[in-house]
Order: sequence, then structure tokens, then C-alpha cells
Amino acid sequence: MYVADSRGTPAPAVAPETQAVAPGTSPGRRAALAPTVLALGTVSLITDVSSEMVTAVLPLYLVAGLGLTPLGFGLLDGVYNGVSALVRLTGGHLGDRLGRHKALAGIGYGLSALCKPLLLLAHTLPAIGAVLALDRTGKGLRTAPRDALISLAAAPEDRGRAFGVHRAMDTAGALVGPLLAFLILRGAADGYDAVFTVSACVAALGVLVLMLFVPGRRTEPAPDAAPVSLRASLGLLRRRDLRRTALCALLLGLCTVSDAFVFLLLQKATGIADRWFALLPLGTAAAFFLLAMPLGRLADRAGRRRVFLGGHLALLLAYALLLTGAQHPALPYAVLLLHGAFYAATDGVLMAEAAGAVPEEHRGGGLALVQTGQALARFAASLGFGAAWTVWGARPALAVAAVLLAVAVAGCARLRPDGT
Amino acid sequence: MTLQRRILILVTAVVLLAAVGVIAVVRAGSRADEKDQARPGGPQVTQGTVSLAPGDGGRRMVFRNMAWGPHRDELASVPAGAPDGPRTASGVKCLRFHAAAGTGICLRSDKGGVQESYRAVVLDAGLREVTSRPLAGIPTRARVSPGGHLVAWTVFVGGDSYAGTNFSTRTSLLDLRTGKYDASLEDFTVLMDGKAYRNADVNFWGVTFAADEKTFYATLATGGRTHLVRGDLGERTVTVLRENLECPSLSPDGTRLVFKKRVPGLPEDAPWRLYVLDLASMKETPLAEERSVDDQVVWTDDRTVVYSLPGDFGADLYSVPADGSGAPARVTASALAPAFLG
Repeated sequence: MYVADSRGTPAPAVAPETQAVAPGTSPGRRAALAPTVLALGTVSLITDVSSEMVTAVLPLYLVAGLGLTPLGFGLLDGVYNGVSALVRLTGGHLGDRLGRHKALAGIGYGLSALCKPLLLLAHTLPAIGAVLALDRTGKGLRTAPRDALISLAAAPEDRGRAFGVHRAMDTAGALVGPLLAFLILRGAADGYDAVFTVSACVAALGVLVLMLFVPGRRTEPAPDAAPVSLRASLGLLRRRDLRRTALCALLLGLCTVSDAFVFLLLQKATGIADRWFALLPLGTAAAFFLLAMPLGRLADRAGRRRVFLGGHLALLLAYALLLTGAQHPALPYAVLLLHGAFYAATDGVLMAEAAGAVPEEHRGGGLALVQTGQALARFAASLGFGAAWTVWGARPALAVAAVLLAVAVAGCARLRPDGT
Repeated sequence: MTLQRRILILVTAVVLLAAVGVIAVVRAGSRADEKDQARPGGPQVTQGTVSLAPGDGGRRMVFRNMAWGPHRDELASVPAGAPDGPRTASGVKCLRFHAAAGTGICLRSDKGGVQESYRAVVLDAGLREVTSRPLAGIPTRARVSPGGHLVAWTVFVGGDSYAGTNFSTRTSLLDLRTGKYDASLEDFTVLMDGKAYRNADVNFWGVTFAADEKTFYATLATGGRTHLVRGDLGERTVTVLRENLECPSLSPDGTRLVFKKRVPGLPEDAPWRLYVLDLASMKETPLAEERSVDDQVVWTDDRTVVYSLPGDFGADLYSVPADGSGAPARVTASALAPAFLG
């Protein structure tokens, strides 16, 4: 049986410009997924189990275990966001420059794995804050090289599905992590150290799977290719396709209400009992998990840009449902399903789309550029939405966000690349 | 490296890591059993009757007993005159607790389901449940008004994995006379410099009640700063009085507040010192405690306050004069959330 193993064999040399658009004439059956994609998905799954274990019990640990008040963290969060953006660009660029995405991803995963045992030693708020900052640095460092590896391993016409599978596995880890953590805490009362130790073991396993099963392909630059300089990386934006993709991601990101607000609005709109509030993100994650692969596959067939915009329409519909103020019992489920669909149709699909617009030797930097643009836009949107909520109240703020989102979707739908 | 060898390495690592994980969980589990065994030298705890009724059993301190043994985390009582002596445990477990005038508030965790869930339970003088409300997060502060008619509590709300480490608080008020329940103080009108103030980042915590069973003080955080607010339950307003003030606690005579304050120049991990604020002159005086206190103090009388500091086995209670004089003294070990009843 022929298995599309990308190890050692460079991806087919298709001109990046023609990769941007998924071929409309796709055959019914596709080749098996590249093992690299499955391996990276496994690494992400394992790592997310590890990190979400910690995230889930951290507030409890701080308050019930250490007797600290975790409010101080809120102030650090903004700083993290800025640092994380810079680190992400650095990770993507260095991966390209050295031609070693796997090494960069490995350092990123390794840093985060190292943080889990450090949590056993950190007992004060600033120390724990520093460990979390290091953890996020690892996350920022690995994201772009990892996505570059996925995009390089998958055949261009299969990229949507490859990213879909990866994101589904990633989210599965995020769903399992809290479960595992609370099972440990049930078995061992106050067993936070056990949670951190298990989390460290799981993270170490993730790094090991990466080292053993993800091929460390070193991209050899073509003899006449210019070196991957910072200037060349920044020059990527001169590419029309990438610029348009980045611009759309940015514009739409600016109209995206952050998750925390969506959940608050949902609770306000439907009066969900306080005790269920913490479970709302799990609803979104479950829908994301179920839909990531089918929507990624759909993106390969029907066009990634179309599915990406469709995802934002799903978000728009969720806003509309929240705005109707309908007290129907199905409303929370519908909103969470649409919210998860939004992530499934946009998160990996955007990377699949952007990958087609970036030449191989700049893949990491190019993807980082789009991700960072989107992340900063969403951060700005969250600040803006907070301010709007303050000035106008929740519902008018959401109405404005919905109108802006509709305009942005319409605008991006017009910004098609030539020929489609 | 051949596939076979890689799989061999992986399997070996899985076995090793799983062993480490299992050992960690088992050790934590047995340590939990160990915590059910009383430590030699620890306080003596016996099962008995704990009452919140005024005049029932003399002046006493009721608190969460954190000493290892079968009564760990239960409400326990000691005579106010011998706080370090033998404890009487009630069988009622609480994470946070406060009581006054025969009413108690107990923030407890309910094991069940996959997630930890919490409830705020109002107790009568016999520690029986009067009413309860589900909590959205992890309990941190609890208070009963001097007359026993109002209760308030604060929880930390987290749980949004996408939001990372950003926590917020929710403070709820319940009027036991009317049954009126305010799930969040954030629905009250905030008055700052005479004008209504609104911001999505508003957070409240640490309520303390005045004797009129209507007025309260609390912490308001917004824009990265904390403020003292005075609340009016009838008007449903809170008025901003002062900046950099957390977890106020009103003296029994209603003239002074003791609170924790971030003092510039102190290490980041220990930023808080206790201060007393005279409400008539608005003059602040530092208390003699030089360690960082992350607790809402309680007054034993008009002259002395008691607060917790992290100890070897949970938290220990200390007292210090409320006027800035004297020195801190340890009240008792392995205790949290005291209430003085008499």
C-alpha cells in the first residue's frame, strides 16, 4: 500500500500561487493522511491534555491549596499577549532561517514541559506567574513551526483536512485534560502536586513523540535562492495573495468578540445557572472537535476562503441568536454549536489557506505573520468590545459587533483573488 | 532509527512515565489518608455540639479546623479565653465561614460529577441548613451582618481555558429577611466622584456589614486599581471612597476599618500590609504586623483583630492590636475563617 510519507521527499513543486485555491474537481477518495500530520496531531493532543490539566486546577490550587488570591494574574495577561505575539514571529522566522521547524517546535514543547515540574517548586504568585509566562513562551515558539510542518507534510489539495485533523486532535486533548485532572483530585484530595507531576509526565511524552515520530526534514534551500532574511520575511506581505489573506484575517479578527464575552453574553441572555458557567467553554470545544475535520475537508473541496467566511457567518448567526433574547431552551446549545463551528471553519482553514500563499522556505514566518495579525486584531477587538460594553451596555455593543462583522464578511467576500 | 526501535523507546518511556504518574497519585492519595490521622502535638479535637446561638456556651471562637485528623475542615469551637486549647468539632465541613447573631454562612465544596462544585449554605444557630445558593467558582470571602440578617460571599470565577490566567470575582448578597438575592454586586450602580461609573472590568470582593443591616463596605477593582466602596442595600448603590484598599473589615463600634493595602516597595509576592482607617478623620495607621496578609480580618472586640497567615499545616491565626501598637501574637495553629460569638 502506498502511504503518502513526506519524510525525506519534498512536497510537490507546485507554484505557491496556484496552491492558494483548492481545486474544485477533487476526487471522491483521498490519499491517507501524511503520518507527519497524525504524529503532530498526537503531539498536540498529548500536550493539550498536559496543559489543560494545569489550567483547570490552577485557580483551585491558588485559592484552596495555597490560600492566595489569583487576581494579580489578570494584570499580567495583557503583557503575555504582547510577548506571545513577538515570540510567535520569532519562532516562525527562526524555523525558516535555520530550515529546522522541528527543532524549534521541539524547543517550544520542551519549554512548556519543563514548566510543569517547576510548578511544584513555585509557591508564590510572582513565581507561578513567571512559570506561566515561560509556558506561554514555549507555546508561542512552537505554534508557527508546527503549522509549517503540517502544511509541508500535507499535499496542497489536502491541507484543509490535515489542519482539520490536527485541530480536532488538539481540541480532544483540551477536553480530556480537565477530566483527568479532576479524576486525580477526586482520587487524592488536595493532590495538586500529583496533578502537576502527571501533567509533567504527559508533556514529556508529547516531546518524545515529536522527537521520535515527526521527521526532522531540513529544507535545503535551492542553490540560487536568496537567504531567509528578516527583510525577506517581512517582504512576504508584498505577495498579493498573502496580503489579502492577512488583511481578511485582520479585518474579521477586529470584529470578533472574545470568548469570555460570548460566554458572559450567553449567560446574560439565557440566565444559565452559575454552576454551569464554567462548562460553557467545553461546549464550544466539543463542537470544534466534532466539526474541525469535516469542515477542513469541505474547505479543500469547496474552497478554503469560502469556508473561512462561512465560519464567520456562523459566528454572526450566533450573535444574532444572542441578540434575539429568545428564552428557548435550545438557545445555549445552538450558540455553542455555532461558536464551535466558527472555530472549526476558521482556525485550521486559515492556516491551510495561508500556506498556499507562502513559498516553502518562508512557510513558518508567513504563517506566523497571519496568526499574529489575527491574534493582535482579536486582542484589540476584546479591548474595544469591553469599552463598548461599558459605554453602551452589552446588547448594543453586541449589535455593533454584529454589524461590523457582517460588513467585514461582505468586504472580504469581494476581496477574492483573481480567477475565482 | 528503525520504526521498531522508535516504538521500543516510546513504549519504555510510556511505562516509565506512567509509573512516575501512578506513584505521584498514589502518594498523594495516601498523604490524604495521612491527613485523616491526628498529628502528635497537634490540637486535640473531639466530636461535640457547636452552636452559633448568642449566649450559648459563653464567648467562643468558631472556625474551620485545619488540623490533621478525622475532623479536618469541620467547623470547630474553642472558648475565646483558651483559643489554643482542645477543640469541639461539629461534623459540618466548610472552606470559608463566618457567623454572627445566630446566623452562619458556610461556603462548601460538593463532591460529585466530574467537576468540583460549590455552594453557599446559610446555617441556623444549630448548624442546620436554612437555604443555599450554587456558586459559580471557588469560594474566597464570606460575611454575616452583625444582626445576622444579611449574608455576603465572594468567589473566584475562572474556568475559561481560552482566557488563560484571567480571573474575576463575583460577590453575592442575600437578605434573609426578604429573601432578596443579588447574584452579583456588579448590578449595583457605582458612584465615583459623584457620577455613575460603568466599566465591564468592574470586580467586587470582601464585603463587611454595618450594624444598621443596610450599609456595607467592600472592595471594588477596576482599571487595575482597587478601591474602598460604601454600599447601600436600599438604594442599590456603591460609592467609591478611597483608593488602594482591599478586604475591609468594620469594627464592632462602626468607627474604623481594618484592611489590606498594597505598599509600594514591598516584594511582589508579599505586597500587602494591614492598616486601620478611622472613618471620621479618614486617617490611616499601619498595624504592627510586618508580614504580608492576604485575608479579610475579623475583630475580636473593638481593640483587636485576628487574621490568617499560611502555616505548616494550612493556615494559622494571629492577632494584633487594631491601633498600630503592640506586636502580633499567634492565636492558634491550623485554623481558618474564625468568627467570635458570645
